[in-house]
Amino acid sequence: MRKFRLLVLCILLSGIIKAQETFPINGIADNRNTSYAFTNCTIVKDAQTIIQNGTLIIREGNIVNIGKGISIPTESVIINCKGKFIYPSFIDAYSDYGMPQKQVSGGMNNMADYFRTQQISTNQKGAFGWNQAIKSDVDAVNIFTVDDSKAKQLREIGFGAVITHQKDGIIRGTGTAVTLNNKKENLVIIKEKVCVNNSFNKGSSSQNYPSSLMGSTALLRQNYNDAIWYKNNNKPTDREGVNLNLKQINENWNLPQVFDPIERGIDLWNVVRADRIGDEFGIQYIIKATGKEYQRIKEVAATKAPLILTLNYPQAQDVEDPNDARLVSLADLKNWELAPTNAGVIEKAGITFCISSAELKDYRSFLLNIKKAIENGLSEKAALEGLTKNPAQLMGIYDKVGSLENGKMANFIITNGPIFSEKTNILQNWIQGEKYGVKDELWNNINGTYNLTINNGNENTNYILQVKNNNTAYLINKDTFNTKFSYDGKYVKIICNSSLKKTELKGKQNTITTFTLSGFTNEKSWNGNGKDSLGNMITWTASLEKEAANDQDSIKAKRNIKLSNTIYPFTAFGVTEDKIPKSENILIKNATVWTSEKEGILKETDVLIKNGKIVKIAKNINDINAKTIDATGKHLTAGIIDEHSHIACASINEGGQSVTSEVRIQDNLNPDDINIYRQLSGGVTTSHILHGSANTIGGQTQLIKLRWGVNDEELKFKGSDLFIKFALGENVKRTSQASGNTRFPDTRMGVEQVLIDAFTRAKEYEASIKEAEEKKKEGIKINIRKDLELDALVEIMNRKRFITCHSYVASEILSTMRVAENFGFKINTFTHILEGYKVADRMKEHGASASTFSDWWAYKNEVQDAIPYNAAIMHKVGINVAINSDDAEMARRLNQEAAKTIRYGDISEEDALKMITINPAKMLHVEDKVGSIKEGKDADVVIWNDNPLSIYAMSLYTIVDGTIYFDRNKDVQLRKDVKEERNRIINKMIGEKKTGGITIPVSPSFRYINNCSDHDEKLRMLDIEIEGIN
Amino acid sequence: MKKIIITAWLIILNNILNAQETIYPVQQQNQLTFIINGTIHIGNGTIIENGIIKINKGKIEEVGKNIAIPADDVQTYDAKGKHIYPGLILPMSTLGLQEIGGIRSMQDFNELGEWNSNIRSISAYNADSKIINTLRSNGILLAHTAPQGSLIGGLSTIVQLDAWNEEDAGYKKDIGMNFYMPSLISRPIGRGYGMGNQSNEAGKEALEKIEQVKAFFREAKAYTINNNGKKNIKLEATKTLFNKQAKLYIHCDQVKQMLIAIDFVKEFNFNVVIVGGSESWQIADLLKQNNIAVILGQLHELPEVEDDNIDQPYKLPSILQKAGVLFCINDDDSQNRGRNLSYNAGTAVAYGLGKEEALSTITLNTAKILGIEDRTGSIETGKDANIIIADNDVLDMRNSIISKAWIQGRDINLKDKHKQLYERYKYKYGIK
Repeated sequence: MRKFRLLVLCILLSGIIKAQETFPINGIADNRNTSYAFTNCTIVKDAQTIIQNGTLIIREGNIVNIGKGISIPTESVIINCKGKFIYPSFIDAYSDYGMPQKQVSGGMNNMADYFRTQQISTNQKGAFGWNQAIKSDVDAVNIFTVDDSKAKQLREIGFGAVITHQKDGIIRGTGTAVTLNNKKENLVIIKEKVCVNNSFNKGSSSQNYPSSLMGSTALLRQNYNDAIWYKNNNKPTDREGVNLNLKQINENWNLPQVFDPIERGIDLWNVVRADRIGDEFGIQYIIKATGKEYQRIKEVAATKAPLILTLNYPQAQDVEDPNDARLVSLADLKNWELAPTNAGVIEKAGITFCISSAELKDYRSFLLNIKKAIENGLSEKAALEGLTKNPAQLMGIYDKVGSLENGKMANFIITNGPIFSEKTNILQNWIQGEKYGVKDELWNNINGTYNLTINNGNENTNYILQVKNNNTAYLINKDTFNTKFSYDGKYVKIICNSSLKKTELKGKQNTITTFTLSGFTNEKSWNGNGKDSLGNMITWTASLEKEAANDQDSIKAKRNIKLSNTIYPFTAFGVTEDKIPKSENILIKNATVWTSEKEGILKETDVLIKNGKIVKIAKNINDINAKTIDATGKHLTAGIIDEHSHIACASINEGGQSVTSEVRIQDNLNPDDINIYRQLSGGVTTSHILHGSANTIGGQTQLIKLRWGVNDEELKFKGSDLFIKFALGENVKRTSQASGNTRFPDTRMGVEQVLIDAFTRAKEYEASIKEAEEKKKEGIKINIRKDLELDALVEIMNRKRFITCHSYVASEILSTMRVAENFGFKINTFTHILEGYKVADRMKEHGASASTFSDWWAYKNEVQDAIPYNAAIMHKVGINVAINSDDAEMARRLNQEAAKTIRYGDISEEDALKMITINPAKMLHVEDKVGSIKEGKDADVVIWNDNPLSIYAMSLYTIVDGTIYFDRNKDVQLRKDVKEERNRIINKMIGEKKTGGITIPVSPSFRYINNCSDHDEKLRMLDIEIEGIN
Repeated sequence: MKKIIITAWLIILNNILNAQETIYPVQQQNQLTFIINGTIHIGNGTIIENGIIKINKGKIEEVGKNIAIPADDVQTYDAKGKHIYPGLILPMSTLGLQEIGGIRSMQDFNELGEWNSNIRSISAYNADSKIINTLRSNGILLAHTAPQGSLIGGLSTIVQLDAWNEEDAGYKKDIGMNFYMPSLISRPIGRGYGMGNQSNEAGKEALEKIEQVKAFFREAKAYTINNNGKKNIKLEATKTLFNKQAKLYIHCDQVKQMLIAIDFVKEFNFNVVIVGGSESWQIADLLKQNNIAVILGQLHELPEVEDDNIDQPYKLPSILQKAGVLFCINDDDSQNRGRNLSYNAGTAVAYGLGKEEALSTITLNTAKILGIEDRTGSIETGKDANIIIADNDVLDMRNSIISKAWIQGRDINLKDKHKQLYERYKYKYGIK
């Protein structure tokens, strides 16, 4: 009953504020056309326009006039804002304000998925699409409710409006723009649908697919394609029917599209990755920034995406204990130092940006963080635009909010100084013409000198009261008293103790030394009562003698932050921009050259490198324009090519389905992986980055060159053929699935049928495309659904894409070759292929290459017959054989792995080296570019200190395209640099703690490890294994 | 044609005869054996060129240059141009307890519970494991096999790799108690995704757990003095730790863990060996001061953290060597199952360790750490004749084929499953 009364009261109250037309009133109508005039203030209309001593007039929630010396309507309530500043209230472009409680996020790559039962299809009921992570049917406006406690937090840091959406799913539906007024929902909505929100995170979806970053990417791309197809179907097709998700994607296609790329910690490259998806479909996403854009500002700027910044800087960590400090990476240490420069760097790069309060842990830090950004290079104008105009314009609500203009909503904040000055406070936040007090107590600036008179009934005693601020004042008579002072905007309290010690008080009995006063203030004259130390009642008055000089501070001088501190890549062993290695002309003198060609091994030979190519191999070459490396007693080989690698990638396995040919490794390359540098030190120059082995038809692979410090696009091996990963056997049938397997197939028999089925569908698909092309000639348009999955399979059948097939046992190798032969294509490479030796003759007949481990076995059932003589047998049968790593550590010693074929199977040293150079080059179709020392080929070479097949051999130089990316001498210097830089920042953090700064317990720089879920990988101290295993 | 058929038959017969099931452990020989003309690497740093080894009743009777070879019934093996080494020792493994990985029924090394001091690896040791012969082929003649676990794993044993069953396999039984120290790094819960889900309690919980281990040993100590006539088999199993017949093998890598390991020396006066020790380079001097030996995990690993020198694991042995720490090298790789032991030692050479020093890290040092240096680990008079002959440098895979091996003087059969399958398919394809 009581609750009900309260409810009624609430309704009544809101009715009083403003009645809604359609809502019946229980009581008496009370519609007021209240108008307010704010006078004598500094009005910042927008970042460009400031009116000094201006007047702002609002009525019924809107701005009606604004300017200097304008006439004030007589019905207006006048508020004198002398000394105050008025700014448009801030707008948060990225909020989930008023949304239902977020469901527990499943996220991707969750090991929890591994332990639960697989869910292959959606469990959302209704006429929706096939994937639960596509929530394009959600409209935030339909589920929005006012949440005053949350609104209050936002109002207090200056926000007046937000664009809110449900942060759940990959396509998250539309966002709605609302004010932070606490009125009925109907009245706070600025615009119903303002944007569409997207992400890489499947959120609460319990469906297995997608389970990886590249899976999320593919799902989004397929859905866009599907929407286009759906739109072009004039009516629902018989097979698809009504699909509300696709319908909604189309309906909202032209709204601003926002993308939150942050997934599993923060990965800067996701900004670039997200943008590429948009580019494919003519969508320019507005992208939520990661906070690390300064690390790769060129690439971020090139996306042309407006950014939504959150200014949540990493906190200083307690690194006093060296064992703790060891757990924090240089990248994280540097990021702590440089993160506050991010906004400034983004501004200087000419990127439009908004500033959001999203994910803010402590609301009080919001303005402080902006001020910190300003100290570190952000301009105040840009900061203000990022809080007002930019979000309003980007979200298409600038006609209503975002600046102070006639006709716009009366959303503004009143401050007691320039908004970004250190001592400025927000006093009030007006939203839709209604006042919300923030720090009303600071409205009156009482700082100054007062004459205070105390009357104890008999006599008046005069004092001087010097008020420094609302909490500090000094009472002065002959002595300065120890004064406790407080003022809350209306009520003042003064407690006064003599500063004299007791001994000094002797003989001064007449002096009142202690008293307590309280009272009210009214601008310049105050009065109240109190009592003295003897308990006598007293009264007091005070009057302003002199206002304190306006010591309005300006923002701190900008620190001179050297942005050149950024290193490429942003990790240990990265270098500053000026030290990035460049392609050089290099003359390598007097080496033992292992050509991997018919020329064999050439003694005391020179090799000249120019413009990234090997131009001459001969004795006694001279070139004064080339940098000379004396390789006397040294060995020169082609750079090592690793046919099977999983480095430099944000995700590896999309295990959500048995056929995922739509996913692409290229969608999530990570050029900052330290393993690139480590493997360069082992002589690797080219790596084939494969999808994992969680499913029969895995993802599209990517060939890269190990160019340390470049961006993800530059990492790619240009102009190479396209490949795809297939897999057979135990991994594919989810043998190790803890909760049992429910995903088809569960046997090798099923694996074969998955292949047959996929290519049967691909054939039909290809036929339908061809038919549509034919009909087109006749002027008949047939609308074909673009199927990214089948496109890749059609490419295979047309020999435009080639297969690397994870395989172990004889039966599966044979059966897969038969399937391929029946569909008219070949398996280009069998990888792992540990029982290849049993069916080598059939593989040779088929024309497959083999890429294998040297000596692995016994780590699972299907490798119990694996033998280290495998490579030798296959080689002797005449198959093109490579030795691969599949392991970030082993890739640093591939020369040694190849050398094992000498020991196991009596392969010649020359042939052994070929297994990691020209042979993999051939199976990757790049033998015209790399894999041997031959004039005209890419200058990808390694100089070794010893026979390259010896366990004692180390790479002295690893050169890619004529660029020395690894130099063992330089590495010595880099180690020192890493040590010194770590030390410098650790000392800085310790200093922060010593000077009373807040530090958090050490937060280890964990590394998330992807592998192909095939074999054990020993985790290092800070490794966390993630697998999209489901 | 007939010839071919006969040859084929012979090969097939040969294969049948040599299936692993017919690779027999060898009987003790009573004949004197001489290995002559080879380069003998003693294992302690000394090399004897053109030396002679005299083996009598399983023992090395003499080693040197001028040893008389009787003209009567003796066996002589000419190792001209070859290198002779002590048999290699795998210092920590699950050999014989795990056959094929990933199959639940084949994993016999990890018992339920945390307090398994009474669990003994030798009782489940499968002397017919197919892994064993592949190790012998790479020169490994002895192995230390231990139960794993999440806290106190149990007692480990050294086995010789030419045996019929667990009883004759035991070379020295129950030589160590294995303690798997929990990690002191607070990490996101579980193995997977969990940013922001860090538990700051993990480190504390681990410390509490370690305190419980200390408490366990305090009670065990009291028990060994007086058990009041009541038998407790878990406490009973620790007796050999206190009388120093067994060592405490503490499996850990982190610096803080190793500092705690030192406590176990100080409080209980145990012989402590650290197993793993990837971070030991930071406190090498402390380990030396406290006489703590280290069984290093395989060097073929990535550095522990991103900022580490790229060759940190490779150069770790040379750092410990300089500091004077007693250490040996292991190969605990679960994909090659230990057979790359000598190549791990070879890698240490490329990064600063001397070749003979590296040899010691897989022979004599290992024997010292395991407490069997009086019987093996080097080619010295009075020790067991555990000897291998390699075509060339045993540390370098290029030319390290093991052509001969003796375990306790027994000339063992170096066939293994892999060689047999190699033969089978060479036959199929007509490869010579």
